[in-house]
Amino acid sequence: MLDIKNLQVNVEGKQILKGINLHVNAGEVHAIMGPNGSGKSTLARALSGHPQYEVTSGEVTFDGKDLLDLDPDERAREGVFMAFQYPVEIAGVNNAYFLKAALNAKRKHQGLPELDAMEFMQLIKDKSKLLDIDQSMLSRAVNEGFSGGEKKRNEIFQMALLEPRLAILDETDSGLDIDALKLVATGVNAMRGPDRAIIVVTHYQRLLDYIVPDYVHVLSGGRIVKSGGKELALELEKKGYGWIETGAQPVGA
Amino acid sequence: MVQVVEKLQPWLAALERRPHTGPRWLQDLRDRGATRFAALGFPTVRDEEWRFTNVSPIANTEFIAATDAPAAVEQNLDAVIYGDATSRIVVLNGRFQAQLSRVSALPKGIRVGSLAAAVTEHADVVPRYLGQLADFGTKGFTALNTALAVDGLYVHIPDGVVVSDPLHLVFLTAPTGATQPIMSNVRALIVAGDRSQVRIVETYVAPGGGTYFTNAVTEVFAGEGAVVDHYKVQQESVDAFHVASMHVHAGRNANVSSHSFSLGGKIVRNDVTALLDGEGAECTLNGLYLADGDRLVDNHTTIDHAKAHCPSHEIYKGILGGKARAVFNGKIVVRQDAQKTDAKQTNRALLLSDNASINTKPQLEIFADDVKCTHGAAIGQLDEDALFYLRARGLNYFEARDMLIHAFAGDILDRVKVEPLRVALESELYAQLAKDLAEIDAV
Repeated sequence: MLDIKNLQVNVEGKQILKGINLHVNAGEVHAIMGPNGSGKSTLARALSGHPQYEVTSGEVTFDGKDLLDLDPDERAREGVFMAFQYPVEIAGVNNAYFLKAALNAKRKHQGLPELDAMEFMQLIKDKSKLLDIDQSMLSRAVNEGFSGGEKKRNEIFQMALLEPRLAILDETDSGLDIDALKLVATGVNAMRGPDRAIIVVTHYQRLLDYIVPDYVHVLSGGRIVKSGGKELALELEKKGYGWIETGAQPVGA
Repeated sequence: MVQVVEKLQPWLAALERRPHTGPRWLQDLRDRGATRFAALGFPTVRDEEWRFTNVSPIANTEFIAATDAPAAVEQNLDAVIYGDATSRIVVLNGRFQAQLSRVSALPKGIRVGSLAAAVTEHADVVPRYLGQLADFGTKGFTALNTALAVDGLYVHIPDGVVVSDPLHLVFLTAPTGATQPIMSNVRALIVAGDRSQVRIVETYVAPGGGTYFTNAVTEVFAGEGAVVDHYKVQQESVDAFHVASMHVHAGRNANVSSHSFSLGGKIVRNDVTALLDGEGAECTLNGLYLADGDRLVDNHTTIDHAKAHCPSHEIYKGILGGKARAVFNGKIVVRQDAQKTDAKQTNRALLLSDNASINTKPQLEIFADDVKCTHGAAIGQLDEDALFYLRARGLNYFEARDMLIHAFAGDILDRVKVEPLRVALESELYAQLAKDLAEIDAV
């Protein structure tokens, strides 16, 4: 589904990703781990099309399409979803109104009829239970005045509504207490399925206790330096990142 | 100096022809206005209050006072925002028009209509209020208006009366057939008695467009415990000059709110001054302005806290495109006796183009020691992070941008309590924005 070849990305003129290679199939959950500054979030944001993340070299194909050729909104409508590490507060834009606009933008792109207010409210009702989203979160402005946990739940809620093909979670676990973490994990696990791939970017192994990955990749210095199964995450938890940064050789082409 | 006087000559000639009708006190008032204008002339950019607003395009144009309303002009009020109000009172080219006005089912004792008529018919009330707040001693435009105003609108709500239907005061300008551009010196006098309640919408509009000059003065007296909810819609032609001052006197426990929507005009200057002159008086001043092309919108507000325990709230927002310029000056005065004042002021502007600009200044003059005053200003482009967030959820650039701009304006529109007015303003504002944005996108 997603094929990343030799991806190099600059942020403000500085090279952060120095050649990422990654292949993700439908149905798989990949965890991207690594120390601070290794480029984990840069990878997530570059895939979502953030304008500050400048791709200088490499290829990314998504369902056979050149992802890098698409605007951020086109990527979203094609089925790429990034849960933000820092969800943006948008004063004056009602959360439910925004969600409906986003959902209908995607449905329109898919050639599906747009949902009316009644249909949308019913859908929201069904999806909100899982993530404990209450009515007040929907009637407030997008993320405005939300607690950290509410913001992250709202991200996963959006993901549940938009049903992406590829979901990228950018440090969704950071700053969450254990209850919020479990809620988020439940929401993500409910989305797992044969047609969907999930990339979980995280600094800590903790989230991976609840969202068990099929593959774990360790990023260091802008490259994937080690890949393995879920047991790799446990090893990292035990030994820290030090042994990888000093000893490991880059893998991949 | 000689040159200045020469330029003033046509204006002084107009003053010579000022109306001489009405009772002695009114003629005195006009005489004093004329004397002051002759001494003051028009403000210049050397005047601190007018630093960023050059009014020489007004001063250098020979306007003529519209002597009579155009004969049998069928004014189409459908194009006027909220023109379909149940109660509307209309002034055309400076004079009250009974046939365009309709006032239905108002509670007993309320008087609305021509100010010129009220001067004699309400002789026990009008002299106590007219000209009492509007300072013609130091303000040139106010002096000019005081000397030249022939008519205007008068609203008097007796003590204890609650008016449920909003009153719509419409100030229309229409061509007269004269070759010279016309000016209208119009006044509104609103007296809300103790414990009365009223909603008033003031609209300035010229359905036929054109170059003209509106010089308006509004005085609002809110008695003890009165609730006055006021809206001003400035929908002048894009070639028109609009200078207006509004003066509010709020008595003990009165609650006055005024919302200014500035949509048209080439050079627009709004002065709003609210004097909180009784304990517990509350004041809200909100504003939303939109300008494009090379238009200029200048808002000067003053909230004068003269007595203790008075809260005031103020939010002004502007959206500027093209080479438009804006000025916002928000003055808050807290006098020595005004302990426990709670004043909050916010000023924001959204610049849609690199050539648009705003000069903004909060001005706090605080002479009491136990007060809470906050102010904040934010000027800028659309928030890039918010734009990206919306796009990352599938909205295209235009949808995302429009959603953010509408949210910016919606913050002020949502405070309009007259629902049909809010709806009409929203649709007019969004239509203008759509036009401006289409021009930006075409570049």
